[in-house]
Amino acid sequence: MIKAILIFNNHGKPRLIRFYQYFAEDMQQQIIRETFHLVSKRDDNVCNFLEGGSLIGGSDYKLIYRHYATLYFVFCVDSSESELGILDLIQVFVETLDKCFENVCELDLIFHMDKVHYILQEVVMGGMVLETNMNEIVAQVEVQNRMEKSEGGLSAAPARAVSAVKNMNLPDMPRNINIGDINIKVPSLSPF
Amino acid sequence: MSDVVEKTLTALPSLLSLDSQPGAAKLSSTSKLGNLIRGITELTSKHEEEKLIQRELASIKEQVSSPNTSMRQMKELMVRAIYCESLGYEASFSYIHAIKLAQQGAGLEKRVGYLAVSLFLNENHELLLLLVNTVLKDLQSTNLIEVCMALTVVSQMFPKDMIPAILPLVEEKLNHPKEIIRRKAVLALYKFYLIAPNQVQHIHNKFRKALCDKDPGVMTASLHIYLQMIQENPEGYKDLTASFVTILKQVVGGKLPIDFNYHSVPAPWLQIQLLRILSFLGKNDQSVSELMYEVLDESLQRAEMNHNITYAILYECVRCIYTIHPKSELLEKAAQCIGNFVLSPKINLKYLGLKALTYVVQQDPKLALQHQMTIIECLDHPDLIIKRETLELLFRITNAQNVMVIVEKMLEFLRVSTDDYTTIDLVGKVAELAEKYPSEYRQEKGRFSIFYNEWFIETMNTVFSVGGDMMQPDIPNSFLKLLSEGFDCVEDDRKLRLFAVDSYISLLHGEPGKLPQRFLQVISWVLGEYSHLREELEPASVLRLLEKLLDMKQTSSETKNWVLMAMTKLCVGGASVSVAQQVSETYISSMDTVLRQRAQELQHFGQDSEVRTRVLPRDTDLEPLEVDSSLSFLDGFVSEALAAGAAPYKPPHQRQEELAQAKALSLEPYGLSLPISMSSCSIADRQSPTPLSMSSGLSGDSTDLSHKGGSTTLKLDGVKRVWGREGYLVQRESVEETAQVEVPSPLRSPSQQAEANGSHSQTPTQTPTPEPEQEKQQLAASLFFGLSSQSSVCLMGKSGPTSHRFRRKAKGQGSISGATEQTSSSLVSSPSTVDNLLCDNLLDSNIPSELSVSSSKQTSELCHGLTTANGACDIETKLNDSDIKGSDPSLSEDSGLVAADSEDMNPHEDPERPKDLCLSSHLPAELSGLCHSEISPLCSIQSLDLSACHVQKDDSLVLVIFIQNSSDSAIRQIPLDLDSDELEVSRVSDSPVEDVRSHDVAVYQYSLTVKRPSVHVEVVGTVSCPVGTPQTVRFSYKLPLTTFIRPLTLSTEEYGTMWLAFSHDTKQNLTLISDDPEPLTATLSVLKRKLQLHVVEIIGMEGILACRLLRDRPCLMHCRVHAGALAVWLRSPVPDLPDCLIYHCQRALQED
Repeated sequence: MIKAILIFNNHGKPRLIRFYQYFAEDMQQQIIRETFHLVSKRDDNVCNFLEGGSLIGGSDYKLIYRHYATLYFVFCVDSSESELGILDLIQVFVETLDKCFENVCELDLIFHMDKVHYILQEVVMGGMVLETNMNEIVAQVEVQNRMEKSEGGLSAAPARAVSAVKNMNLPDMPRNINIGDINIKVPSLSPF
Repeated sequence: MSDVVEKTLTALPSLLSLDSQPGAAKLSSTSKLGNLIRGITELTSKHEEEKLIQRELASIKEQVSSPNTSMRQMKELMVRAIYCESLGYEASFSYIHAIKLAQQGAGLEKRVGYLAVSLFLNENHELLLLLVNTVLKDLQSTNLIEVCMALTVVSQMFPKDMIPAILPLVEEKLNHPKEIIRRKAVLALYKFYLIAPNQVQHIHNKFRKALCDKDPGVMTASLHIYLQMIQENPEGYKDLTASFVTILKQVVGGKLPIDFNYHSVPAPWLQIQLLRILSFLGKNDQSVSELMYEVLDESLQRAEMNHNITYAILYECVRCIYTIHPKSELLEKAAQCIGNFVLSPKINLKYLGLKALTYVVQQDPKLALQHQMTIIECLDHPDLIIKRETLELLFRITNAQNVMVIVEKMLEFLRVSTDDYTTIDLVGKVAELAEKYPSEYRQEKGRFSIFYNEWFIETMNTVFSVGGDMMQPDIPNSFLKLLSEGFDCVEDDRKLRLFAVDSYISLLHGEPGKLPQRFLQVISWVLGEYSHLREELEPASVLRLLEKLLDMKQTSSETKNWVLMAMTKLCVGGASVSVAQQVSETYISSMDTVLRQRAQELQHFGQDSEVRTRVLPRDTDLEPLEVDSSLSFLDGFVSEALAAGAAPYKPPHQRQEELAQAKALSLEPYGLSLPISMSSCSIADRQSPTPLSMSSGLSGDSTDLSHKGGSTTLKLDGVKRVWGREGYLVQRESVEETAQVEVPSPLRSPSQQAEANGSHSQTPTQTPTPEPEQEKQQLAASLFFGLSSQSSVCLMGKSGPTSHRFRRKAKGQGSISGATEQTSSSLVSSPSTVDNLLCDNLLDSNIPSELSVSSSKQTSELCHGLTTANGACDIETKLNDSDIKGSDPSLSEDSGLVAADSEDMNPHEDPERPKDLCLSSHLPAELSGLCHSEISPLCSIQSLDLSACHVQKDDSLVLVIFIQNSSDSAIRQIPLDLDSDELEVSRVSDSPVEDVRSHDVAVYQYSLTVKRPSVHVEVVGTVSCPVGTPQTVRFSYKLPLTTFIRPLTLSTEEYGTMWLAFSHDTKQNLTLISDDPEPLTATLSVLKRKLQLHVVEIIGMEGILACRLLRDRPCLMHCRVHAGALAVWLRSPVPDLPDCLIYHCQRALQED
C-alpha cells in the first residue's frame, strides 16, 4: 500500500501532499521536512530507493523517489509494493501531468494544485494503485474537465450522455506513447 | 532556508506577467489564489508569510460564513484554504464548509468539496459523520461522476462505524455496467476490509465475481483484496491457485488488449501482483507450487531485459521461485537472473540484486560466493544505501570464521553514517554478532582467545561510543551480563574482564567527556566490579578517575548514580576512603534523592569496611537471586506493630473504595469496624510461627499478587543477594572466593599480555598488499570463508533467534552431579527418586546406603505388625490396588538392588509391600484417589521413622511426609523443618498438627512450587526428636522437575503470540523414534505421555507443544524433523526452564 505521496521542490517547499494514512498536521509537516532532508542529500547517480525514515515507520517502509528538474516526487510505500513498479508508476503519473498541462512545470503544480489532486485520484485511490494506463487516466480527467467547461451544464445531464462523451473520446486515443524520461521544463529563470 | 526560497520566488511576479508561458497562461490574472501565491512569493521571511496567511485565513473565514457567498465563490475559497493547509497552517473553520460544499454543490463544486474534505479530515474526525448522508445520496446518483467522487472519498477515509450504512450501496456497484465504477467499488470494499474486516466477510463470493470480471481492470483491482487475504490466510485460497496461474499465463501470453501494454510489456503491474499472490500460495506447499512452475518459467523467458518494468517482473519472479517449494531448474535460472541484477551497471537494479541475494542466501549460501567480488565492490560503493544493503547481506552470511572481518566493515560504515535509524539498526547488529560468536570462536581457536577478548572489548567500545545514547538499552545490559556470567572457562573470563578494565582505564585517561552516557555507565560498572583484578592498580587512582566523571558538566544524574555505586564497591584502603568521603560530602546534600542515597551508602560503607564486604561481596557466584517477595521476614515486625495497635495494611484500591464509602453519610452510629479486623489479625499472626510460611497471611491484606502469576517475578540477574528470608544475608562463601580469585600471580598476567600482543599482530586482515585487486580478493577470502564448506555454515536467518546469544553454563548437569555426591556422602538415607508420571515408573539410578536399608527394614517390620493389627489396611489395599500395581515392578527392582548391595541381609520383599500399602492408607482422603509416587523412607530418629511420597495434583504438587511412631508412648510436637533452594515449600494449612500417638502415623502435607527450575529439585529437612536425648537428623527428598510439569492447553494463535513474547530459549537436536512409520507423531506422543506436554498442533514435519511449570509458568516447544533428528526449540519466560526441560525430553526419548 502507498502510505503517502509527497511532491516538493528543490528547496523543500511542498507542492502536493497526499497522505493515505492518518498523521496529525504537525507530524505531516515533520515527515515532509525529514523526507526532504533525506532525499535532497542524494546525488542523481545513486539509487532511487531509501529505507528507514524513522517517522513513517521503520523497516517495513521505503521511500521511492524520482527527481525531475526542480521537483522531487516521493512515494512512501510498505513492503507489499514492488520497488521498480512504483518507480514506473511515478513516471506514468508525471507523463500524465505532462499531457494534461501540456509541458508541465512547477508553476502548474502551484496554481493548479486541485487539478493535480484530481489526476492523482485517478492513479491512486485510497493508497491502492487504481490505473496505470496513461490514456485511461487522461480520459477520466478529461471527462471531468468537460464538466468544467460547460459550467456544470453537463453534470446535470443523464449518466448515459456523460458516458457517451467518454466513450466517444476513448478509442481515438493514441496507444503506446513512449515519451521516455521526460524532464519537466521550467522557464529559463532561476530554479524555483 | 526558507529565505532562499522566498528570494528566488521574487522572480515570480515578472514571470506571471509573461503570458507566453503555458502554465501561467491558464491563470486568470484576477484569480484570488493567484494573488495569494503572488503575495507569498514577494515576502522575504517566514514571519511575514505567517502574517500574510493569517490575514488570508481571516478573510476566507469571513467570506465562508457569510450567507451571501455563492457555491462558486465557495469553491474558490476552498481551494485557497487547501493551499493554506498544505503550507502547514490550520484552517479548521473551513472543514464544516467543505462538507457543506460537497453536500450542496453541483458538479465541480462538489468535486472541490470532496477533495477538501478528504484532505482536511481523517477517519476519526467527528465532522465526518455529517458526510455520510451526502455520500449515500451521491452513491445513488445517476451521474457517474458523482458516484465516482463518492467512491473515491469513501476509499480515502470513512468512519468505521458507518460502513454498514453504505455497504449495500457499494456492493451494488459491483454489478454496475461501467467498469470504472466497478473498479472503484472493489477498491472501496478493499478499504473496508482493511479497516473493518468482519464487516465485509459476507461478500467474499462477490470478490470472486470481481476476480472473474470480464474487464481486466476490475480483475486487477480485486487482486489487491486477494493479495491481502492470501497473505493473512494462504490455506483458505489454495483452490484459487489454478485460476491465478491461468490469468498469469494469459497475461504473459499477450492475450490482453493492447491497451494494457506498458512499454510493450503486457500489464506489468498486474503480473507483479499475481506473482506476489502465487508466492504466498506456494510457500511450503509442494503440490500447489508444482502448478506454477510452468508459468514462472515462461515469465522468466518472456521478460526480455529492455525496460525497468521487465526487471520489476523478473525480480518478483525470482522472489517467488525462492519462496515456493524449490525446483532445481527454476532455481538455476533465477540464480542467473540475480546475477544479471547484481552485475547490472544500473544502480537500482544492483540494489534489488543485493536485496534478492540477501533473501536467497538463507537457502543457498553458495550464491553469495559466486558474486563475492561484486559484493566487495558494493562495499565501497559511493551510495550509502547500497553499502547498507551489502552489510545486511554480509550479516546474513556471518559465521565464526568471518565475523571479525564483517564486523570491521560494519564499524567502518558506522563511523561515517549520519542517519540515526541506520546507526541504531547497525549498532544492534554488530553487538549481536560480537556477542554471538565468542563461545564458538573459543572452541575452534582456543589459543586465540586472548586475541578474541581484545577484539570483543574493542568492538563493544566502538559500539558504545558510536551508538551513544540512541542504541537499544538491551545492548549494554547483555554486554554486562555476558561479562559477569562469563563463559565456560574461568581463566578466560578473568582475562576478558581484565582486558575490559585495562581498556576502560586508558579511555578514562583520555577524554572521557566525549563518551556517551551509556558507555560511562558501563565503564563505571565494570571498574567497580572488576578493577581489583588488576592488582597493581590502586583503588584510589580508579576512584580519582571516576571522580573526574562526576565533575563533568554533561554527566547525567543517572550516570552519577552508576559512578557512585562503583565507588562504593571500590573504596578500600586509606587513600580511597578519603576520596570517597570527599565525594560523598558533595552529593550528600544533592537535590536528587537517589544520588543522596548513593552518597549516604558511599559514606557509610567507606567507613565500615566490614559491612561493605558483607553487602557487596566480590566475585560471588552469580547464583540466581532468591527474593522473598512476600517479605515474610518482616512478619515479626508487622505482628509487633499490629499488636501495638497499628492498622492493618490495605492495598490502595481497597483504601480508595473505603474512602469513597466514607464520603457517604454513615447512618449507623458507632460502627464496630476497626476492633474486629484488628482482633482477627492478631489471632492470625500468633498462629503462624512456621518459618516456612510462603505467603505471609499476616500482613492482613488481600493482595497476594506476586505469587499468583510467576511471570511477575523480578529479574535481578547480576544483583548481589543481600536480602533473603532471614533478613540480611551473611555471605559465607564470599571470603573464600575472593581469596581464590586473587591468587593468580602477577607474573603470569604480563606474559599473557605479551601473548595477546603477539597474537594480535598475527591477524590476517592487517597485512597490507600493494595491489588493490589482490587486497579485494583477500578480503573476499576472509569474508566468504567458511561459506563453501557446508558443515560450518551458520546463517542468521531472519527468523533466527536474537536472544540465543550466549551459551549458558550447563547448570543442570552440575546440579545433578552435586546432588548425587551429596546423597552418597550423607549419613542419612537418601530417598529413592522415582519419576512417577502417570504411573509410569522410570527408575532413577540411585544406590541406597546401608543405613537406609536397615531403616527401611525397621519400618517395614513395624508396618507389617501394624497391618496385622489393623484390619482397616486391608480394605485400603483393595482401594489402592491400581496404584500399587503401577509401582510394583520398581519396588521389586529396588529391593533387588538392596539385596545385591548387602548380601548378608535377608531380602524383605514380603514386608516391603504391605509397608507401602499401609502407609498409603494414611494418605489424606483428598489425595488418596490421585496418583502418588512410591513411598520412600527418609530417615529414622530414635523411635520415629520418616517416609515421604509426592502426589501430583492438577494445579500443585503435594509432598506428604509420614512420621511413624514405633515407641510405646505418644510423642508431642515433633519439630520438622523443610527447606529447599529450588522450591517454595509451604505447609498445607488444613493438615493437622497433631501428636503422634504410640504405634501410629502422623501425616504432614506440604505444597511445593518451583522457584528456580533445575533438572532435579531437592527438599532438605531436619527433624529432631523431642523425647530423650535431643538429636537432630537431616534428610532430603529429591524429585525430577517433570513432576511439576503440567500440560498447557492453548490454540495455535495463542501459541504464536506467546512464542514471540518469551525471552529464554534453547535449541537442541534430539533423537527421533525411527522405527515408527510416523516418527514425528510417535516421538511427540512419547513426550506427551512421559512429560505431560500438550501437543498443540502437528503440521507436516513440524509440531508445537506446550506445557506449564506449576503454577502457570508456560514453556513452549517447537519441533521440526530435520536430517533424521528432531530439532527442538524451547522458549519460556523462566530462565533455565528450557534447559531443564530439554534434558528430560532427551532422557524420555532415550529410555523409550
